Amino acid sequence: MIHLLVSVKQVPDTTNIRIDPETGSMIRKGVPAILNPYDAHAVAAAAEWKRKLNGKLTVITMGPPAAEIALKECIEMGADRGVLISDRKFAGSDTLATSYVLAEAIRKIHEEDPLDLIFFGKQAIDGDTAQVGPGAAIRLGLPLITYAVEIREINQTEGYALIVRKTERGREIIKTTLPAVLTAEKAIAEIPYASLPDLINSLRYEPENWSAEEPLAYDVDKVGLKGSPTWVAKSGSPEAHEPAETIIVAKEGLSTTVEKVLDNMLANNSVASIWEEIK
Amino acid sequence: MTRRFWVFIEQEVGTMHPVAGELLGVAQRLVTEISDELEASGEEAIVEGILIGCEVEDVARNAIEHGAERVYMVDDTAFEHYLNRPYTEAITNLVRKHKPEVFLIGATTLGRDLAGAVATSLKTGLTADCTKLEMGPIRKAQGKYLLATRPAFGGNVIATIVCKDFKPQMATVRPRVFESPKRDPKAKGEIVREDFKVTPDMLAAKLVEFIQEEQTQLNLEYADVIVSGGKGLGKADGFNLIKELADELGGVVGSSRAAVDGGWIEYEHQVGQTGKHVRPKLYIAAGISGAIQHKVGMQDSDYILAINTDPNAPIFEIATLGVVGDLYEVIPEMLKQLRAKKGAQA
Repeated sequence: MIHLLVSVKQVPDTTNIRIDPETGSMIRKGVPAILNPYDAHAVAAAAEWKRKLNGKLTVITMGPPAAEIALKECIEMGADRGVLISDRKFAGSDTLATSYVLAEAIRKIHEEDPLDLIFFGKQAIDGDTAQVGPGAAIRLGLPLITYAVEIREINQTEGYALIVRKTERGREIIKTTLPAVLTAEKAIAEIPYASLPDLINSLRYEPENWSAEEPLAYDVDKVGLKGSPTWVAKSGSPEAHEPAETIIVAKEGLSTTVEKVLDNMLANNSVASIWEEIK
Repeated sequence: MTRRFWVFIEQEVGTMHPVAGELLGVAQRLVTEISDELEASGEEAIVEGILIGCEVEDVARNAIEHGAERVYMVDDTAFEHYLNRPYTEAITNLVRKHKPEVFLIGATTLGRDLAGAVATSLKTGLTADCTKLEMGPIRKAQGKYLLATRPAFGGNVIATIVCKDFKPQMATVRPRVFESPKRDPKAKGEIVREDFKVTPDMLAAKLVEFIQEEQTQLNLEYADVIVSGGKGLGKADGFNLIKELADELGGVVGSSRAAVDGGWIEYEHQVGQTGKHVRPKLYIAAGISGAIQHKVGMQDSDYILAINTDPNAPIFEIATLGVVGDLYEVIPEMLKQLRAKKGAQA
């Protein structure tokens, strides 16, 4: 039976983050936590192939206890098993430490129930690093296919998959041995509406809880701040800018406004240089 | 000991990606930022390019003309197409041999695929999508380190990341975040050929077919004029008007994330932290409120014209000039006056 795994992350919805106008710092309170959108598409793709090949789908996440909600959402989309890897010792992990935690968990799952294809979202919208999926692939010694937009074929019997990835110049069709790791673009699958049985499953489902000791004893020197080569030396809000001069159409009238705009633009050397070329 | 500042010279089909030139410029500046340390210690620092490919000697020359003092080149038919594993292995091997202090990679599709794999292989720190790079002191440590500054949380937070205990200190940078140094055809540099044998176990994932995109390359990052539309367009059709103005100005169409998420336009057009970083001579933002995630990607433009009905839209904070008004009135009037101006001069 084919066994697929998706590694997901719960993230703050960065499109909803507000900045405190007084202090200039980010208001974390009240920012909804969501399943990272790229991960959601990865789960949708994995669930599609699980159904097609009558297989099994496991999802894992590393995060705080509240991240189990993200796992339940994956169960709703058709995952069979959810594993929450959560421990205070993991706090402060950078991408290298995170890839260690996830790769070891994947290795353990694979030992008990061999995996064929492992999915990550192309990146998480909070950090936007796109480093954890490639890092896990390297740690597992598995082939890596990033920016996957389509899975053409998964052939378990012959041990290969055909995956289409998008690059800046075009599309590449990659033939990879299995197991392999891919990172998914949104195009890999549409997010479906949950079926009633999956919805009921997710309501009742309690994900497994893994700590830093059980069932896997992590090397504590490789996790958390201690296991992270990168540190945040400082952080703050982006520089504030003075508002620009504005022209109000309602006051100046349309044609005067635009006359002023064009005059102002053409008085600028950069814009004037383009105008010389196109006029 | 020589302090090595490395830049990955990205190339495909024998053409150097402009981001490699931009990073060579950054590496040269970083070296000048440690000149006091070099003077005190008597050490020297060198900017070196790392080039992998097949028949890429011209690319090596190009890198030298953009400021690489030496290029390590692995030139072999096995590297005709980019594949993660052989490239990762070849580069990891070079890093172990030469021990660079800093290693910069362009945050392109290829570079992002590569950087995470290389950093994990070397068990070192990597900071993605930096918008500022400096050599400077850090707390509780002697000497200068790479200070890698980047936006996080959709641009709402700016963080400076350091990697103190591991080398190389790695960072990726998006195209167009930094300006490229001018090409100097007289520049001198050394090309060092390196051998690397690709073994069958590195070819578990293989390219079986490449499909060139049919549409002409958008090349948003390197456009001189960009006219972008956002949520304020109200509908997908609004991009017809945006396109008309872009065409009139010899530019290309950009967009905010909201317009892409709304399905009005393809992701390729998205400007911002999760889209393209741009620095055109002229950027027109129509109906874009100016979420931080958008501003991060376009604030380096020479001239920014913002058109928005909301006088409090944050886009006005970084605009050169703002127009408070309806883009569906302002843009047609701009087209009319621009055409009249062109006619008058013809």
